[in-house]
Amino acid sequence: MIDIGYDAAHLLGALVLMTSFALLYQRRLFSLLNVFTIQALALSGAAAWQAYAHDEPHLYITALLTLTLKAIAIPVALHRIIQRLHIERTVEPALGIGLTMVAGVSLVTLSILLVLPVTENATALTREDLALSLSVVLLGLLMMISRRNAVSQVVGFMSIENGLILAAVGVAGMPLVVEMSIAFSVMVAFIIFGIFLFQIRERFETLDVRKIESFRGESD
Amino acid sequence: MTLLFVALLALFALAVVGVAARRSPWVGTAVYGGTATACGLIGLWAVGALVGRDGAVAAVLPIGVPWIGVHLRADGVSAFFLLVVALGGVTASLFGWGYERAHEQAADHSGVHSGGESGPVLPFFPLFLAGMSLVLLANDAFSFLVSWEFMSLTSWLLVLSTHRDPDTPDAARLYLMMAVLGTLCLLLAFGLLVGTGGDYRFDAIRQHPPEAGAAALVVLLMVLGAGSKAGLVPLHVWLPLAHPAAPSHVSALMSGVMTKVAVYALVRVLFDLLGEPVWWWGGALMAAGAVTAVMGVLYALMQDDVKRLLACSTIENIGVILIALGLALVFKASHTPVIAALALSAALLHVVNHSLFKSLLFFVAGAILTATGTRDLNRLGGLIHRMPTTAVLALIGAAAISALPPLNGFVGEWLLFQAILNAPALPEWSLKIGIAVVGAAVALAAALAAACFVRLYGIAFLGRPRSAEAGRAGEVGRAMLAGMAIPAALCVALGVLPTFVIRLFEPAVRAMVQAGPFDDRSYQPWIWLAPTSAIGNSYNGLILLGMIAALSVALVLAIHRWASDRVRRSIAWGCGHDGDDPAALSQYSASSFAQPIRRAFGGTVFNARDRVEMPEPGDTRPARLTVCWTDPAWAFLFTPVRRAVNWLADHADALQFLTIRSYLTLMFAALVVVLTLVAVVRS
Repeated sequence: MIDIGYDAAHLLGALVLMTSFALLYQRRLFSLLNVFTIQALALSGAAAWQAYAHDEPHLYITALLTLTLKAIAIPVALHRIIQRLHIERTVEPALGIGLTMVAGVSLVTLSILLVLPVTENATALTREDLALSLSVVLLGLLMMISRRNAVSQVVGFMSIENGLILAAVGVAGMPLVVEMSIAFSVMVAFIIFGIFLFQIRERFETLDVRKIESFRGESD
Repeated sequence: MTLLFVALLALFALAVVGVAARRSPWVGTAVYGGTATACGLIGLWAVGALVGRDGAVAAVLPIGVPWIGVHLRADGVSAFFLLVVALGGVTASLFGWGYERAHEQAADHSGVHSGGESGPVLPFFPLFLAGMSLVLLANDAFSFLVSWEFMSLTSWLLVLSTHRDPDTPDAARLYLMMAVLGTLCLLLAFGLLVGTGGDYRFDAIRQHPPEAGAAALVVLLMVLGAGSKAGLVPLHVWLPLAHPAAPSHVSALMSGVMTKVAVYALVRVLFDLLGEPVWWWGGALMAAGAVTAVMGVLYALMQDDVKRLLACSTIENIGVILIALGLALVFKASHTPVIAALALSAALLHVVNHSLFKSLLFFVAGAILTATGTRDLNRLGGLIHRMPTTAVLALIGAAAISALPPLNGFVGEWLLFQAILNAPALPEWSLKIGIAVVGAAVALAAALAAACFVRLYGIAFLGRPRSAEAGRAGEVGRAMLAGMAIPAALCVALGVLPTFVIRLFEPAVRAMVQAGPFDDRSYQPWIWLAPTSAIGNSYNGLILLGMIAALSVALVLAIHRWASDRVRRSIAWGCGHDGDDPAALSQYSASSFAQPIRRAFGGTVFNARDRVEMPEPGDTRPARLTVCWTDPAWAFLFTPVRRAVNWLADHADALQFLTIRSYLTLMFAALVVVLTLVAVVRS
């Protein structure tokens, strides 16, 4: 039973990490959203599995929140935004796939090298989970700085948040209040992002942040 | 210890009095009288502690950081340096009282209402004294650094008390920056000393001295931190600007006493806290001291401002003290403690000597400033006729600082040379040769210092007045004369009977090097100063005094008998200076007196150039000699550093206008770097 619990949790965590890698090289906004949905589903599955395996019912709430917010509400809302802004066909300039993958793999290596020695006396699952979630956070950051489109930056931010939830799920005894507040802050952030996207679009007729930068009186 | 606390509390209370009663006419008398009394008490306590040899006394005050408190401890070294502070405090209070009254009267007389010119001095003067005493008493790194910074800030405020003077704000800013730099170095040094244990008490540090690498770094940081306060070349640049800017009695304290507190910091850490020394610490200290001594006196020779000249001469004396400390470290490291005690005695004797004659000379400068209103040597002259008592006292000070027997400056340098002459006993060849070079540098510095003070005394007191103010000068008041007479008398006493004072601070020496300077001499006649030595030299101040007195009397009689009664004729154009010569400017000026030395050293060291502007025949303009020189410390160190800082600031400014993505990238990079560091350190 323990073995299966460990393997399943590991599998789901690794799935979240894999989707983070997949996010890195998506050039179409819709496929980006689809991958993000898969990540949220995997995360929700991870939370539910932890709740089941460790008999911590409050983690079901986490799983439910993640499912409704991350896997349904936000992707749908972003879909609608993209449609209303008519940027379905935007091809986004990302870094070269090879380069991004190399950077991502080295970040994962870094977080494994960092987390494993630091948490020597924690359980194996916690250690693996922490390493995975730190990797997801770093990959999300990498995505935020390698993209120029505001929508994909929003997605990068959300995937950072996914990494945090993954850590919270993995570490036993994380209070529900913290998870709730994280969920709500993500909600608020999402609303603000949405409003800003429309405002930016109205003002500058584009969501390419390069164009916005030129309005600050500088040229790059 | 109770007496000490009472005196310290009194100093703090006097600061409150200085603020609260600043409008009343008696506040100056009250504050200066109070500081003199408090310093007298501190001095008495210190002498008692040194004579009684009753070991160290310690106390913990429940103030300051919660659960840590303030640890105080007074051993022989602290008591000795407290005595130096107390002597300086008493004389500076006495002189300062007369000095400020004279300036107030002058201000009333000329109708210019100074508007509390002395106001800013009164509250900070006792605080400055208290700060210096607390540094000497501190027994944990935390209270040491706080007192050190307190001392720096109060002295900075005292410098700023002359803020109406156009040069003062720049000098004060430079001082503040150097003080911050010095404290930063000390902070890091104590951080290394404490290590990871987190016990800031000196007792704990003494138990667990840092290992070799950290100790080397501590030595470096201490020399930089304490050196910047003491005036180590090239960190001396603030000293010739800030010391003269303060009122004269404060200048005397800053130059004569505060630099000694920095020396105390060096002694405390290098000899006490760091445990067993390594020979190259002393070597480095000696090299720095030799450069400081020679450069300091060369700076002094270049100056035309009396107080600035004295401040530069402080740099030279600090160099001499550092050389003696370095020698003591070297001998302590090579396990010849008696010679180390000899060198340390020379250092401590020079500490007390320099505090005496530098205070005296700064008081003389203050008296000159009071009487003539100027500090420019080229506007002085002939003061020996108008200020005869000051002139005699100034002569004692000048002779003492030039290391002429039988005054105290000679004894200090004589002891130092006894230690230097023992250098062949050392095992390291680099030290055997290096110490000989250092000895040559000390000799050069001493000779140049003599030239420097012949110049100061000759230009200011001899000859004829070079300005109307110098011609109108009168003798200063009794309080100021008494303030000068005490250190002058002590200069003579220490020169004639040095054995007593060396015996007095023997407990301090013993605490630092575990030996006394007279340990291997079974027979010690009280009047002969005969320390241990490979050569077996000895010094007797009384015989020297008698001989010099007899020879002087004989010389004076001979001159009167065979030279003075000759008929003297003066040529009509008056260059023989007989009668009423209209052109007092035809005398030697300060610049012309220094010209030979400026030519010999200044061309290479200071890039000094004399430019003579000779008008065409028939032109009625006077010919002009312009001397220009550059300070190597500024040219090669501080100006490049300032340029680099400006360049960095200009380029860092661009960080303010980056795009959001660039900021995110920077944060991301910083995060990755930190994580990598943690990963590397952990593995």
